[in-house]
Amino acid sequence: MDQTSSAVAGFGLHVRQARVAFGGAVLFDDLSFDLEPGSFTCLLGPSGIGKSTLLRLIAGLAPEDARGQIRAGDGGPLAGRVAWMAQTDLLCPWLDVAGNVALGARLRGTAYAPAHVTALLEAVGLGDKMRAMPNTLSGGQRQRAALARTLMEDRPLVLMDEPFGALDAITRWRLQELALQLLKGRTVLLVTHDPREALRMGDAVRVLAGRPATLGAPLHPRGLSPNELLAAEHRLLDELAATAA
Amino acid sequence: MRPLLLFSAFCLVWEALVRASGVPAFILPGPLRVVAALANNASFLAENALVTLVEIVLGMLVGVSLGCLAALALSASRGARAWLLPLVVASQAIPIFAIAPLLVLWLGFGLASKVAAAALVIFFPVASVFYDGLARTERGWLDLAQVMNAKPAAILWRIRLPAALPALASGLRMAAAVAPIGAIIGEWVGAAAGLGFVMLQANAQMQTDLMFAALLVLATFAVLFYRLVDRLALRLAPWQPPTQSTV
Repeated sequence: MDQTSSAVAGFGLHVRQARVAFGGAVLFDDLSFDLEPGSFTCLLGPSGIGKSTLLRLIAGLAPEDARGQIRAGDGGPLAGRVAWMAQTDLLCPWLDVAGNVALGARLRGTAYAPAHVTALLEAVGLGDKMRAMPNTLSGGQRQRAALARTLMEDRPLVLMDEPFGALDAITRWRLQELALQLLKGRTVLLVTHDPREALRMGDAVRVLAGRPATLGAPLHPRGLSPNELLAAEHRLLDELAATAA
Repeated sequence: MRPLLLFSAFCLVWEALVRASGVPAFILPGPLRVVAALANNASFLAENALVTLVEIVLGMLVGVSLGCLAALALSASRGARAWLLPLVVASQAIPIFAIAPLLVLWLGFGLASKVAAAALVIFFPVASVFYDGLARTERGWLDLAQVMNAKPAAILWRIRLPAALPALASGLRMAAAVAPIGAIIGEWVGAAAGLGFVMLQANAQMQTDLMFAALLVLATFAVLFYRLVDRLALRLAPWQPPTQSTV
C-alpha cells in the first residue's frame, strides 16, 4: 500500500442546534447540518460571520459558553479522530520540517514511522526539505509542511480553516490539487472565502450568512459544465457581496 | 570600530584635562598612569580578577538555574503560583545592598556569599521574563496541541518551553548585565579577594590609579561576559534574533 494513503475512511458528522455568542453578539443559533461520510464540504461566507468559530466548535476548541451537539455518524467519539489545519501554518520554529510533521506523535508520546514522515513530505513535494527549519521555507512550502502534518495525524475528519488563503494563485492551485488527492476518502470541512476554491474542491458547497448566521442549501458542483461553474461562481459572489454589504 | 574610536577620544580628552588642570593623581589619575598601574600590578589584578570571574560565572549558573526552575514551577501549577509569585517579587523588592551583609554573615567571607549575591540579582530577571514567555504561548500552537490530544505535561515541555526560549534568551542577556553588580556588591560588603575588594583597598590607600585599573579590568570583563552570553542566547533561539544589541 502507498505510504501516503491510508485505510482511514471518513465518518459522517451531525451538528445539531449549535450556538456561539461573543458577549451580546450571537454568531449563530440553532444551527444544524450534516456532513456525508467521506465527502469534501466547503463552507463559504463573508469574514467575521463565524466560519472559523464553527470549525473550532467541531474541533473541540469552542469558547466555554458554546452549545450544541456534535456527533460522529458511526457513533464513536470525536476526540482523537479530528485533524485541524489553521489559517496560519503553525509550524514550530524550533523543530525542523520532519519534526513538525511528527508533532502530534511527539506530543502524544507515541511511536511513529520516520519512513511515513518521509513519504508524506515527498508526497507534498518537500522530500528535500526534511531537515530544513521553517524560517527558511517560502509561504507555499510552509503550507505544504502543514498539510503533511495534518495528513500525518491520519484522522477520519479533517477541518481546514482557509489554509490556502495567503498563497499566490499558482501555489494555491497546486496545493488545492494536492489536498484533494491526499485527503480522498476522508470527511473534510474546508472554510474559505473564495467561491472558486469552494467550487473546485467541494463535493458540496454551503454558504454561511446572516446574523445570527444560517446555512444555505448545499450546492453540488461536481459534474457541472464549465459554463455552469462560472455561473455558479457568479451567483455565489453575488450572494456573498449582498451579505457583506 | 566605533566604540574603540570613542574610547580613544575619551582617553585623550581625559589625559589632556588631567595635565591642563594639574589635579593631583590621588584625586584623578590620567589614563597613562592607570595603564602604568595596570602593568605594574598585572599579576595581582589577574589573581583577583579570576576570583571575581569565578563568582560571576557560578552566580550566573546558580541564578539562571533557580530562575528557570521557578518559572517552570510557576507556569506548571496554580498552587505554585500562589506561593511562589510573592517570593519572586520579594526577591526583587529587597535591595541587594541590604541583604549582602547578611549573606556574608551567614555564608562567610569566601566564595559562597558572593555567588549567592550574584545569583540573587540574576534570579529575578530570569524567573520573571521566562515565566512571562511560558505564559504567553501563541494560542494557535496550544489549540493545535489540544486537537492532537497532547497531555498538559507534553504541552509544557514540547510547546510552551521551546516557545519561551526567545524570552529566556532576553532574560539571560539581562542577567549577564547585572551579574557583575551582584558579585562586586558581595565583595564590598566583606571579602579577602576579588576586583571589588581591590577597589575598596586601593581607594582606602589613596591608590586611585590602581582602583581605576581594577575598574577597567572589571568593565572589560563585564562587556566580554555580556557578549559571550549574548552569543549563547542567540543559539538558544536562532529563529528569533533580538531586536537590538546594546553592547
